[in-house]
Amino acid sequence: MKNPLDSLWGTVICGFILTVALYFLAAALMSHGVPAGGT
Amino acid sequence: MNWGDAILRWGHFLAGIMWIGLLYYFNFVNVDAVKAATAAGEAAPIGKYVVPRALFYFRWAAVATWVFGAGLLSTLPGPNGGGGFLGAFLLQGSLVPIGIGAWLGTIMLLNVWGLIWPNQKRILGIVPASEEEKAKARRVAFLASRTNTMLSIPMLFFMATGFHHQDGIYNLFQH
Repeated sequence: MKNPLDSLWGTVICGFILTVALYFLAAALMSHGVPAGGT
Repeated sequence: MNWGDAILRWGHFLAGIMWIGLLYYFNFVNVDAVKAATAAGEAAPIGKYVVPRALFYFRWAAVATWVFGAGLLSTLPGPNGGGGFLGAFLLQGSLVPIGIGAWLGTIMLLNVWGLIWPNQKRILGIVPASEEEKAKARRVAFLASRTNTMLSIPMLFFMATGFHHQDGIYNLFQH
C-alpha cells in the first residue's frame, strides 16, 4: 500500500481526517470533564 | 487583555506564521522545485543558497512559537486551580481543545529538532555522511516534514477554536 504522505494531497486529506477524529476526541473528553470555569 | 498577554499572542502569531509558512514552502513548493531542478541538473544552488537559510528561520521560529505559546497558556487559569499550561497538557476541562493544539505543536517541534534538522544536516553536508546515509536521511526528513504538514491542519483548527472564546467553545465541542 502506498504511503499517503508521499503525495501532497494525500497528506492534506490525512490532516483533515485527523482533524475530524480529534474533534470527536475533544468533544468526548469535554463531555466527561470539568465544566468551563468549574473546579 | 493586558500588554503582557498581547505581546505573547503577537509573538506567537509572528513566529507561528514564519514556522508554518516555511513548512508549507518546503512541502508545497520546494519538494517539486528540487525534483524539477534535479532533472534539469540545476538543483545544487537550491541546496547551497536557499535551503540552509530557510531551515535556519524554520527551526528557530518553531522554538519561538512554542515559547510564546507556553507563555500564553501560563496566563490562563487551570480548571482545577492549577496553571493553564499544566491544565492544557493534561487535557482538563475547557482547556481540552487548546491542549490538543498544544500537544500537536509540541510533537511538531520535536519532529523539527529531532528528525528534520539532524537529517537535513546530513543531506546538506554539514555532518559527514555516505551517499547511502544521505539517501536514508532524505527519506526520513521528507516523511517527518510531511507528518508535520499533516499535523498542522488539526493543530491550526484547535489553535483557532480553542484559545480565546472560553465560553463559546462549548457550542462547538458539545453536542
